[in-house]
Amino acid sequence: MDLFDNLLFGFGVAFSLQNLIYCFIGVLLGTLIGVLPGIGPLATIAMLLPLTFNVGPVAALIMLAGIYYGAQYGGSTTAILVNLPGETSAVVTCIDGHQMARQGRAGPALAIAAIGSFFAGTVGTLLIALFGPPLAEMALKFASPEYFSLMLMGLVAAAVLAQGDMVKSLAMVVLGLLLGIVGSDVNTGIPRFSFGMAELTDGIGFIVIAVGVFAVGEIVTNLGEPTERRFLTAKIATLFPTREDLRRSLWPILRGTGIGAFFGVLPGTGPAIASFSSYMVEKKLAADPSRFGRGAIEGVAGPESANNADAQCKFIPMLTLGLPASGVMALMLGALTIQGIQPGPQVMTQKPDLFWGLVASMWIGNLMLVVLNLPLIGVWVRLLKVPYRLLFPAIMAFSAIGIYSVNNSPFEIYLTAAFGILGFLWIKLGFSPAPLLLGFVLGPMMEENLRRAMLTSHGNAAVFVTRPLSLAFIVATVLILLVMIAPAVRRRRDAITD
Amino acid sequence: MKLTIYGSRDFWAGLMLIGFGVLAVLIARDYPFGTTLRMGPGYFPSVLGGLLILGGLWVVVKGLRSGEQIEGSWSLRALIVVPLSLVLFGFLMERAGFIPALAVLILGSAAAGTEFNFVEVALLTLFLVALCVVVFIWGLGLPYPLFAEF
Repeated sequence: MDLFDNLLFGFGVAFSLQNLIYCFIGVLLGTLIGVLPGIGPLATIAMLLPLTFNVGPVAALIMLAGIYYGAQYGGSTTAILVNLPGETSAVVTCIDGHQMARQGRAGPALAIAAIGSFFAGTVGTLLIALFGPPLAEMALKFASPEYFSLMLMGLVAAAVLAQGDMVKSLAMVVLGLLLGIVGSDVNTGIPRFSFGMAELTDGIGFIVIAVGVFAVGEIVTNLGEPTERRFLTAKIATLFPTREDLRRSLWPILRGTGIGAFFGVLPGTGPAIASFSSYMVEKKLAADPSRFGRGAIEGVAGPESANNADAQCKFIPMLTLGLPASGVMALMLGALTIQGIQPGPQVMTQKPDLFWGLVASMWIGNLMLVVLNLPLIGVWVRLLKVPYRLLFPAIMAFSAIGIYSVNNSPFEIYLTAAFGILGFLWIKLGFSPAPLLLGFVLGPMMEENLRRAMLTSHGNAAVFVTRPLSLAFIVATVLILLVMIAPAVRRRRDAITD
Repeated sequence: MKLTIYGSRDFWAGLMLIGFGVLAVLIARDYPFGTTLRMGPGYFPSVLGGLLILGGLWVVVKGLRSGEQIEGSWSLRALIVVPLSLVLFGFLMERAGFIPALAVLILGSAAAGTEFNFVEVALLTLFLVALCVVVFIWGLGLPYPLFAEF
């Protein structure tokens, strides 16, 4: 069968010594930043992107992906042990996970979280392998109207489903699209929005915006908040869940995986929404809902599986359509572009080693995480005691060196500082910056496809609704907007994300 | 609680959007607009700028009606010192070399925090500079002089 041949080929790629090492570094770093609050996968990946220039696209992507899903694992460890969610996706895990820890059952909670995550990761990997090729094949038939409509749908969905005010998220997408325009116009060569600066005619560096907003902007914001730290480290007696634990967790893990996979392919829904939904479902289905909040193992098993399935399935639209479903995926696309690979459906046929190697490495990475996490839990917990005041100067140093190493240009450092200030302002004014990144990545492609579509249709805008696939995307976009404007859905969404 | 327009979060958020939108439209006027059939370089940015202005107006109105205030505390010191130490890093990289630039950046950003202990920060700077030299200059072979020649 094709699937098995492909997967075998992928494992062949992923099992090379170099790729295994990069996978290991990735998941190790991911766990580390997952444990540490105040630094997330977005900032870390942005910071490390420039350093992956020399290692080749396969190893680079394998490492960056490892950071991403490793962070989901690390986040849940601290949620259970010290009631401190390292990542937003682990917020729900705190509720029952930490209660279990206080009852002396930290070990089984951690073990179930790891088992659930591993299972969800395995399913996620299989889903990518199953649905990737047909999706990519379909996408190969796309012409510019389809691409434009698809990107429109992706951007609108990402903005609408993201946390916070809908209009403000859409505005961030538009602002991102505008930032993407800076530089020479492809068709005429006219430098646009360059303010007469030669450095800007090549456009704004992707890493400059990512590091500026997500590392520097975050740091400035964090330094303004009062510091608060508490330690209530639980002891771990045994790691092994009882037979009863396993029996109770089986269905939540399966359901959580399904829920996570569903939200995973939707653009804009972070892992937090997947894990919250799973928690709600488990609580509704439970014979005795009052156990939730008092250390119900279902409340750990479901959400932990959901957030990992979500994280894995986010790769499906990114790898097959070249469409980022989240800020991290926008960074991955940026990494591909930097490596000279044009993202899109052709990646799978032109670079099969990249696609299948990455898919296989994710399964290996998930396995490494289980091995890495359970025996080393003590080490991770001790890391929590590193105070933020020692951490953020290090982040600044790595960020600055990373950006400078791209073009050896002080100008890009100045620009990063400016985006740091803007990022701070955006956060304070209640904008979520992730949609900006999506707009920025897709901006040039979107304009290009719009212009081409209008040219080939002789200026007839109806081309977007007369071609069936394009029409489908437009209808979906309108539906998403309508559904989200409906008051009932908005209330429920706010209740989930609050 | 006293609600003021000065603290209204969405009022300022909307104004910022309108500002970016107006800027985009004004600058894009210098580029050929073209027609819908043959879009010039000014077409797409003008449309985007217009959308930003519309969105900004909506947010301003919403801010005036809800009066939601800007939340949380913030530090003017961090807002100035963190970007400034980055700028100094960029400035010093070409003129003074890797080690001085990095040391200034680390010392500078550490000074942006509220808890500043000189001995601790000095040790941290030493450690991080040494780590970066080993990893980036010797390990990854980035071609920067440790100290520039004067």
